[in-house]
Amino acid sequence: MTIAIATPTPRPLLKSELLSARALVRDYPVGGEIVRAVRGIDLEVTAGEYVAIVGPSGCGKSTLLNLLGAIDRPTSGTVAIRALNVGAMTDTQATLFRLHNIGFVFQRFYLMPTLSARENVELPMAEAGVRSAERATRAHELLEYVGLSDRERHRPTQLSGGEQQRVAIARALANRPALLLADEPTGELDAQTGAEIIALFGRLNAKGTTILVVTHDEDLAAAAARVIHMRDGRIIADETRRRS
Amino acid sequence: MRRRLAFASLRRRRARSLLAILGVAVSGALLLDMVMLAGGMRDSFRNLLLVRGFQLRIAPKGTLPFDTQATIGQASAIIATLRTNPDIVTVSPILGLKLHVPSRNVTTVAIGLDGDVQADYELLSGRPVSGADHIVANQAFLDATHARVGDTLTVAVGYDTPRRRVVIAGIARFFYTAAGELVIAVPLATLQAMGGPMATDRVSLFMARVREGADVERARQWIADKMPRISAISTGTALQQFDQRMGYFRQLAVILGSISLGVGFLLVTTLVTVSVNERVGEIAVMRAIGVSRQHVVEQIVLEGVALALAGTILGMGLGLVTARAFNAILSDFPGLPAAFEFFVFRPRDAYAAMTLLATAGVLAGIYPAWRAASLPVADTLHGEAIA
Repeated sequence: MTIAIATPTPRPLLKSELLSARALVRDYPVGGEIVRAVRGIDLEVTAGEYVAIVGPSGCGKSTLLNLLGAIDRPTSGTVAIRALNVGAMTDTQATLFRLHNIGFVFQRFYLMPTLSARENVELPMAEAGVRSAERATRAHELLEYVGLSDRERHRPTQLSGGEQQRVAIARALANRPALLLADEPTGELDAQTGAEIIALFGRLNAKGTTILVVTHDEDLAAAAARVIHMRDGRIIADETRRRS
Repeated sequence: MRRRLAFASLRRRRARSLLAILGVAVSGALLLDMVMLAGGMRDSFRNLLLVRGFQLRIAPKGTLPFDTQATIGQASAIIATLRTNPDIVTVSPILGLKLHVPSRNVTTVAIGLDGDVQADYELLSGRPVSGADHIVANQAFLDATHARVGDTLTVAVGYDTPRRRVVIAGIARFFYTAAGELVIAVPLATLQAMGGPMATDRVSLFMARVREGADVERARQWIADKMPRISAISTGTALQQFDQRMGYFRQLAVILGSISLGVGFLLVTTLVTVSVNERVGEIAVMRAIGVSRQHVVEQIVLEGVALALAGTILGMGLGLVTARAFNAILSDFPGLPAAFEFFVFRPRDAYAAMTLLATAGVLAGIYPAWRAASLPVADTLHGEAIA
């Protein structure tokens, strides 16, 4: 096991890095005061990594994930994914970038309740302009991969929490993203269902998917090859472990 | 997929969507009725004036046809003068009097006219007014007198005036009489004779038909110049006078139509806004996974348009039914011809109402769509997670 303390010094993006954050700061105005949720974070993630970000509630984990996923803008600093500065993108560019490069998994699944499991998986592909037949085939493959091929036509309300989260993971993978970001993906699940999701993430990472997950779940963090510890908006430890 | 999501969102809250559609339908029905009312009365009046193709009415000076009891004297001379104008091809003198049927104790409106012209009525069965004593009657008269075609009745202008026996030759529908009014058409000369000295060579009005292609206004001006003691009214001037007298109806229709349009707009805006507010988490997730603002806007606007269109289609049917009901009620309006309609359906009215409502639907969707598309994704997800 190695522990690397994050360095605050920005440096140029290395070619092997998929993601690079430099001197990342995110402030929020709250009741006339400025709350600094992220305080100068530097972070690099290379392709194929499985990274867990852990820390106490309110330490800035989810804010960091939002910044890395280009759904929020840093107050200062840069986020580069595939050597593109996503923080400088316009809203339209960032949306398109997310569509093709980032898959999101949320704690509360957030499936479209009016669509079937298969339609939920097809949604990002439809947005990307993938043809109907191709969408259906890929959605079927993804649902089969997450073990839900027999639940394609079910609505989210007809699925258990674990099944919904697996559909959400399939949706996140729909456009073959470079990076899968998950925010407390096991937070709403019982231990057994959570273990299934952890196993699924392990299989995905083994196949080369880069995963960055924010979690309180020790088991999920333990499954990651690299664990980043945060406190008060800062990275206090960056722990890389050899897989057993 | 956007269409699918939009319609699925509407189906998700079926009762609410249905109520919204019904609300828009009521609003659309009122809008259609008001559009029909705004233009329909004028069209109906115009059609009534031109039902037999007479473009000119000649009435006593300063009056409108049958507006007063006044009559025009020296009718024969006026007819002779009118016939000197080559643009005037037909002249129909008409005298209106009240006649009494003593044996049945019935009083009726009698219209004295030239039997060859039939300017005032449409013969439904039997024969037209002819000879000296053959009359036609409307159904109301026959019902009141229990008479039939072929029967002979005795009529008189008053209780103490000479009586005359007439034969009912046919049944007719009169264009300009009110619903339920008893009417007979009598040969003009017969009615003038029955009216005594007060009716000799007098008429209530003339109707004149102008040659096709001729300038009606020029003919009207010619009459006004030639015979200053009478008023010549063309269809155009009659419509102008109609507009002056009934203009408030149109204003009322425009105001009520605008209100109904506004209500429909607000209803759709409110419903779609409520729907968006319920789905901010879903919308934020859609944005997070890469759905563009434009597509979010399209989906929400589509929801508004779908509500407005469904309501409009239902509203068109409802509007036609209510217009028919209103017409039935207003057909008994005192003093108005039964054939006059307040609400007249014209395809362009339906198109106008549909276009207005569809436009309102698009506009109604824009505000909630803008709100949905402007949601800060990260903050919204954070708020939803806390909630």
